[in-house]
Amino acid sequence: MTNTELKNKIEILSENLIFSGEDGDFLKIEVDKDNLKEFMKKLRDNEELRFDYLFALTGIDFGEELGVVYHLESTKSRKLIQITVKTADRNNPEIDTVHDIFPAAFFNEIEAHEFFGIKFKGHPDLKHLFLPENWDKGYPMRKDYTDINMLIR
Amino acid sequence: MEEFLTDTLKTQEYFLNMGPQHPATHGVLRLLLKLDGEIIQNVDMDLGYIHRSIEKMCERDTYKQIVHLTDRLDYLSSHMNNEAVCLLVEKALNIEIPDRIKVIRTLVDELTRISSHVLWWGVMGMDIGALTTFMYGFREREMINDIFEETCGARLTMNYNVIGGVRYDLHENFVKRVKDFIVHFKKKLPEYDTLLSNNVIFRKRLEGIGYISKEDAVAYGLNGPAARASGVSCDIRKIHPYSAYDRAEFDEIIFTEGDSYARYKVRIKEMWESLRILEQLIDKIPEGEHRVKTKAVIKLPEGDYLQRVEAARGDFGVYVKSTGQKFPYRLKLRSPGFANLTALNKMTKGLKIADLVAILSTIDIVVPDIDR
Amino acid sequence: MILNIFTDIHNLLLEHMSGQAAHITELVLIAIAYLGIFAILGLFLVWLERRVAGFFQLRLGPNRVGPFGLFQTIADALKLVSKELTGTVKADKFLYGTAPYFVIVTALMAMALIPFSQEIQAFDINIGVFFLTSVSSVGVIGIFLAGWASNNKYSLIGGMRTGIQMISYELSVGMAIVTMVVLAGTLQISEIIEMQKDGWFIFKGHIPAIIAFMIFMIAGTAESNRTPFDLVEAESELGAGFHTEYSGMRFAYYFLAEFVNMFIISSVAVVLFFGGWLSPFGITDGIPFAGLFWFTVKVIGVIFLFMWFRWTFPRFRIDQLLTLEWKYLLPINLVNIVLMALMVWLGLTL
Repeated sequence: MTNTELKNKIEILSENLIFSGEDGDFLKIEVDKDNLKEFMKKLRDNEELRFDYLFALTGIDFGEELGVVYHLESTKSRKLIQITVKTADRNNPEIDTVHDIFPAAFFNEIEAHEFFGIKFKGHPDLKHLFLPENWDKGYPMRKDYTDINMLIR
Repeated sequence: MEEFLTDTLKTQEYFLNMGPQHPATHGVLRLLLKLDGEIIQNVDMDLGYIHRSIEKMCERDTYKQIVHLTDRLDYLSSHMNNEAVCLLVEKALNIEIPDRIKVIRTLVDELTRISSHVLWWGVMGMDIGALTTFMYGFREREMINDIFEETCGARLTMNYNVIGGVRYDLHENFVKRVKDFIVHFKKKLPEYDTLLSNNVIFRKRLEGIGYISKEDAVAYGLNGPAARASGVSCDIRKIHPYSAYDRAEFDEIIFTEGDSYARYKVRIKEMWESLRILEQLIDKIPEGEHRVKTKAVIKLPEGDYLQRVEAARGDFGVYVKSTGQKFPYRLKLRSPGFANLTALNKMTKGLKIADLVAILSTIDIVVPDIDR
Repeated sequence: MILNIFTDIHNLLLEHMSGQAAHITELVLIAIAYLGIFAILGLFLVWLERRVAGFFQLRLGPNRVGPFGLFQTIADALKLVSKELTGTVKADKFLYGTAPYFVIVTALMAMALIPFSQEIQAFDINIGVFFLTSVSSVGVIGIFLAGWASNNKYSLIGGMRTGIQMISYELSVGMAIVTMVVLAGTLQISEIIEMQKDGWFIFKGHIPAIIAFMIFMIAGTAESNRTPFDLVEAESELGAGFHTEYSGMRFAYYFLAEFVNMFIISSVAVVLFFGGWLSPFGITDGIPFAGLFWFTVKVIGVIFLFMWFRWTFPRFRIDQLLTLEWKYLLPINLVNIVLMALMVWLGLTL
């Protein structure tokens, strides 16, 4: 399947999707955070597409917004797509959890939470995994995080 | 009456800490086990003892410097980690890589893979109790380390890949030494089988332990040899070939049993396949230069890039989001061990502590890879 | 004169003291001699283990301290003696302190019965073999106590596991011994060896004796807590098992007692199966103290076999270990005893 065919198949699954990168290596989709969970579920369960392998879950600080980037692969068609979700609220960012659809996301979401501060609604155990338990100095991977020991260029 | 009996005879659950310093967790990993007698009810992980914030550091390093940082993630497949970043940048800038470089990279890749699997085998025997296998494994590794030292300059974290090629050309002894190693190793692998694989005690310790089905393996993100033992076909060398893998013939090893013994067999067979690739490529190294000139300051055009490589432990991925600067805006290192460890809880429910040690050995994690 | 050393000492003592006092002095001298043998044996066996381990692992063992590294264990023993005797705060002090002595005392009591040669045997009682097995059963108490009194989760688990293991495998050891006693017809050790003058038991009672020997080796490895049955001290798993909380000299007691236990089990195997201090084909039968040489050679052969097991095989899990004993070794043992009894009754021994 080429990227354009893939785009046509995915377009019907949800509303408000923004596509890019049809002529690159992989298709990039941006979705609203309210439609995220439904969209992911449909991507996994759809017979033709079968995106069942969550390759990576990355937290990103876009400057004004916080977001999460998912990379999904289909074991059937070997195509990879990238899904981006953004939220403009920096003080209390909330995104739906997908760990009940993709169990691989369980620990990845904990990591995104402790480094960026994104709360995943419905995640049972958001704790500190990498950072010490009593860490109270903010969210290290955000762009506005400063520390005396950081190297400034 | 029955409730009275079961109430008073109930055992109490207690927590056991397989702490950061433990001979069986390969690295500084802390596992909190909830036990009932000797049966495990739940395994909880505590990571971060070797967290060095490599991803944040990469946001302030140029691309040439990032290559050096990726060595230290999974130090047993350091060459493959470097290759991932180099391939990403070369593909983004459309740099044409000559054939000689591709073949050299693949040869050193496969030697690293054999070296990592041999170390895994030695440590696996040690965890199950046969302490001699550790020494035998290191004897083979010494030969490979000597080859690396002569050509690449270092034994473990080689930093041999640079953006645009490899740092030094092959040493004149390289081909001869690799051929000697192939001959030597072909005699040793059947010895490994007699010593450990066909041992009754060993098989009873591993067969039927830590089963994970094919659907669960894909859902939990399991990858590498651990997933191939459950029937999932996920070898990046076959699916998205890179470097010189499309000109060598080799099989993807898949078993369907999904237990620890299958994971063990997959790695032993992978060593045979690596020897096959080495044999095919060692005689046909094309002539050419070993390094292509690149610009002094490398800036990737704006966009998202992803490169995947088959490291010894699984599917290693690098994701870069660039805004046209000379530093990446966000760099994510997707470690294979992190996903493999997620499935540990599922695999060990209802088993004993000794089984946990065996399963952890067959998943083959390296903790700096997980903690980054 | 060196050949009659025991009668000479006996006469010397009788000249100076009354019969009763001489007897007690003799007992004390023998006890001190055996303590010395115990210590030297322990040190020698640890050195042998390390050299043999190095041989199997393609490396040299200790070879710097003294010729061939023979003084290495003395250096280790000095280090252990000079260590601080730590203990947990909440440990039961009395039990914690007395636990090591159980294993030492039972090992010494068992050593008194071993016939080093025709002249050297400290205690030749008519229930010899039976006494040996009962005394080694008492040694298990020392291990249970160590696990319990340390007040430590890991030690408790280790102590429980060891206790279960040793109690189960004593059955197999005992029954393998019973098989050979059926062939010999007597429990007294010197008589068992006398009966082997025209052929060692492993050749005389062919099939049942060989089966009994194999079972004895398996159960003996389990009795002395060696790989493949050493999940107690499984270094990869739970620290150091029941002796996690012991340090210094007390740890050294357990350590030495393990090696001396291995020596005792090997000696019992040599006495029951390979003819004790007898020479093959009776070559040196007339020479006094020659039995010592043959006994040493045979025992070191069996000990080498134990060490070979340790450095080759992986280890069992606790439930697999108990399954092996109760479902496989025990029935085979019972059938074997009946087989041996039938053979002796029908006169089919060689």
